[in-house]
Amino acid sequence: MELPNMEYMMRRRCDSADQEKNELTQTPLLKIWVPWLGMGCCKPNRRRGSSVPQFTNSPTLIVMVGLPARGKTYISKKLTRYLNWIGVPTKVFNLGQYRREVQSYKSFEFFRPDNEEAMQIRKACASNALKDVVIYFSKEHGQVAVFDATNTTRERRVSIVSFAKEKGYKVFFVESICDDPDIIAQNIADVKVSSPDYLNCDKEEALADFLKRIECYKQTYVPLDDEKDRYLVNCVRDHIQSRIVYYLMNIHVTPRSIYLSRHGESNMNLLGRIGGDSGLSPRGHKYATALGTFIKSQHIKDLKVWTSHMKRTIQTAEHLGIPYEQWKALNEIDAGVCEEMTYEEIQDNHPEEFALRDQDKYRYRYPKGESYEDLVHRLEPVIMELERQENVLVVCHQAVMRCLLAYLLDKTSDELPYLKCPLHTALKLTPVAYGCKVEHVFLNIEAVNTHRERPGNVDVSRDPEEALKTIPDHF
Amino acid sequence: PPTLPKFLWCLSCLSPASVPQFTNSPTLIVMVGLPARGKTYISKKLTRYLNWIGVPTKVFNLGQYRREVQSYKSFEFFRPDNEEAMQIRKACASNALKDVVIYFSKEHGQVAVFDATNTTRERRVSIVSFAKEKGYKVFFVESICDDPDIIAQNIADVKVSSPDYLNCDKEEALADFLKRIECYKQTYVPLDDEKDRRLSYIKIFNVGSRYLVNCVRDHIQSRIVYYLMNIHVTPRSIYLSRHGESNMNLLGRIGGDSGLSPRGHKYATALGTFIKSQHIKDLKVWTSHMKRTIQTAEHLGIPYEQWKALNEIDAGVCEEMTYEEIQDNHPEEFALRDQDKYRYRYPKGESYEDLVHRLEPVIMELERQENVLVVCHQAVMRCLLAYLLDKTSDELPYLKCPLHTALKLTPVAYGCKVEHVFLNIEAVNTHRERPGNVDVSRDPEEALKTIPDHF
Repeated sequence: MELPNMEYMMRRRCDSADQEKNELTQTPLLKIWVPWLGMGCCKPNRRRGSSVPQFTNSPTLIVMVGLPARGKTYISKKLTRYLNWIGVPTKVFNLGQYRREVQSYKSFEFFRPDNEEAMQIRKACASNALKDVVIYFSKEHGQVAVFDATNTTRERRVSIVSFAKEKGYKVFFVESICDDPDIIAQNIADVKVSSPDYLNCDKEEALADFLKRIECYKQTYVPLDDEKDRYLVNCVRDHIQSRIVYYLMNIHVTPRSIYLSRHGESNMNLLGRIGGDSGLSPRGHKYATALGTFIKSQHIKDLKVWTSHMKRTIQTAEHLGIPYEQWKALNEIDAGVCEEMTYEEIQDNHPEEFALRDQDKYRYRYPKGESYEDLVHRLEPVIMELERQENVLVVCHQAVMRCLLAYLLDKTSDELPYLKCPLHTALKLTPVAYGCKVEHVFLNIEAVNTHRERPGNVDVSRDPEEALKTIPDHF
Repeated sequence: PPTLPKFLWCLSCLSPASVPQFTNSPTLIVMVGLPARGKTYISKKLTRYLNWIGVPTKVFNLGQYRREVQSYKSFEFFRPDNEEAMQIRKACASNALKDVVIYFSKEHGQVAVFDATNTTRERRVSIVSFAKEKGYKVFFVESICDDPDIIAQNIADVKVSSPDYLNCDKEEALADFLKRIECYKQTYVPLDDEKDRRLSYIKIFNVGSRYLVNCVRDHIQSRIVYYLMNIHVTPRSIYLSRHGESNMNLLGRIGGDSGLSPRGHKYATALGTFIKSQHIKDLKVWTSHMKRTIQTAEHLGIPYEQWKALNEIDAGVCEEMTYEEIQDNHPEEFALRDQDKYRYRYPKGESYEDLVHRLEPVIMELERQENVLVVCHQAVMRCLLAYLLDKTSDELPYLKCPLHTALKLTPVAYGCKVEHVFLNIEAVNTHRERPGNVDVSRDPEEALKTIPDHF
């Protein structure tokens, strides 16, 4: 074997100073390796090197199709929430809102197919909505737009397809078909009767009018396909469409609750240290017992319990007396070189990293560790399974819980890393209408605070005191 | 105790896998469709995928059962009025289902794929009641195709060379097979929208241009549907390569995030030349987030995408150590790893099993794509190769993936053709075979017997 030049190898170790061609440098925030372009040339390029490749090139226009009260807005909002959470900028364009801005609602007569004046207004609204879609894609970095309207005539759909073709957008139709009168009645009761259109009506009046509204549409409705109670998937053209189909096939509307809780207070928590794999403190054990009591009192049908692979969540679940499943994907964010340090130690040893994290807590990746953005991608299969399941209790960790909560409550990536998820507090989330009802249950066992707010000064050149201003107390 | 010590988990069969085990009742997947509609192709591919993600799955191909009891003469065997043959065929189906029962009850199988035409309602009804009686879930996969070109291609690819036509020339085989299809057509009743609305199934039209999905009942069915909707049969090639030799490789150290050695840079250039010479249409290039794969890709002069999921296996506390240092500092861990290299997890690190789960989205996207070059790492490449070549979890951690060798994989018939391309740039060997003695009490020399040379 030929011996390479040992000296060369020694020199190679300090390659950060090397400006040879093909040398790489690591972006400070995202820790992405990019070609060295000379000092001061290195801009952290957000699009390049995120956890998963950016699969979307042409923007995608999702076009909802269906009679009123078929769940189009429900699907639009939920799908948008999911896509935004996994990092695909998505926005809903609801035609009803455009209409309400130009015309206050009087009665179903507006929707009669022979109402020419109204038809002009409705066409103008659709046109405005699509103009806003163009702005969203071209000026606001949108990737997916969901056009939430009935789109029940072939004529309307044809005009949308040619609009999209002209602009270079991909089109994907999502049609919701339902002929079960109970489901429709439920939808109307849940979200229609309380709509801005019926502000001054009583429930009976609203219901009667809305049913006549549906009849107006039925007269001219041409479905994309005649199938019922199934999914017909045609020509899925790319990655994002395939993910959308998978998501839509996994969601359901069966009533259920999702319980989120962190592990009980751990020994690391007491010492103000992050990460690691320590066991529960005495108070943590007390919480676990209290959580078990609380869960029993809820009389939850067929509760599934999930934990991470880390000792503290498993010890917590053990007190519940219910079988639980361990998910490695639920493990706490990996703090890399900062694992098991206190914030004071991080400030001492890695002041620059500490400041970068405060600058962009969502995207910042610990050296040899993870970012919140990485965590979201790691958690996507958990979210997908959570959608498939019914009653679930997830026993997890602070950063993980923030990610799950952000998905369930539609929080932005800016808000996500600062969501409050205190120890010893269980959250009960129940889907209702288009969102989620949240109940906080503090189980009356004291614990340390582990929430660190963003300090005022996030500059790399700040003093240690400014960096440590917001750290929570510990032993 | 709340948590068992890690090494006990490793040795016990109940060790928690990376993801919860979602299957309780076994699932019987029932293929439906005329001959030459891709049923066996789908059966084998789906089985390969499910086994790779850790769901024990097996194909039960009715044709094989038939061939064992009856040597094939002609299409007349399949005539619907051939009573004698019909008895034989029913007996074969019955034997296949008996074997399914054994697979589920005695061999820890989770999913069985019943690969047969199952074109009559009567046959399907009897399968559904068999499954109901045993407590198995049933999921139908029907392949419908009326494009004569596709069918002709299928016949040419896999039928003409089937054991049934060993002594026939191509023309004879084709003519006979077409008559065989006609026999089935007479009694074929596809799954019905109305009558079968309570069954769980997916209908695949014309090799995936359109799907009809009905009543997906659980997690595994949902994963199966997702997989089936992402695969395609467009010809393409997948290129796998490790990064060029790295400085860590030279020193015999594992993990880390070092740059390429001079020979590694040479390989990257050679790889670029090789790729250009292949004149590949619309090649996608994927790397990990680690410096060495990115430096390699930089030499190719093609845009590349970075996947964190392609990062090398995390060796936890053993990161950047040599094998000698691992033996010195963690002799017990070193031995445990040799005992079960697939499931063993480094302290604060990962196992091959974890890696497979991490790579599942990569595999899914690989299925969707066409020509792709993946520049990755030894353990990662072993996982991807095991998926593509249907290797077991025992073989996977010992697959040979040497540095400076590109692999070109081209799907052909029911499998994958592999071409190894050594680009003539020397590199250290990083492959460590399983030593003879894997006992925790072994001597250091026995542990270090198989480590490759380094500086």
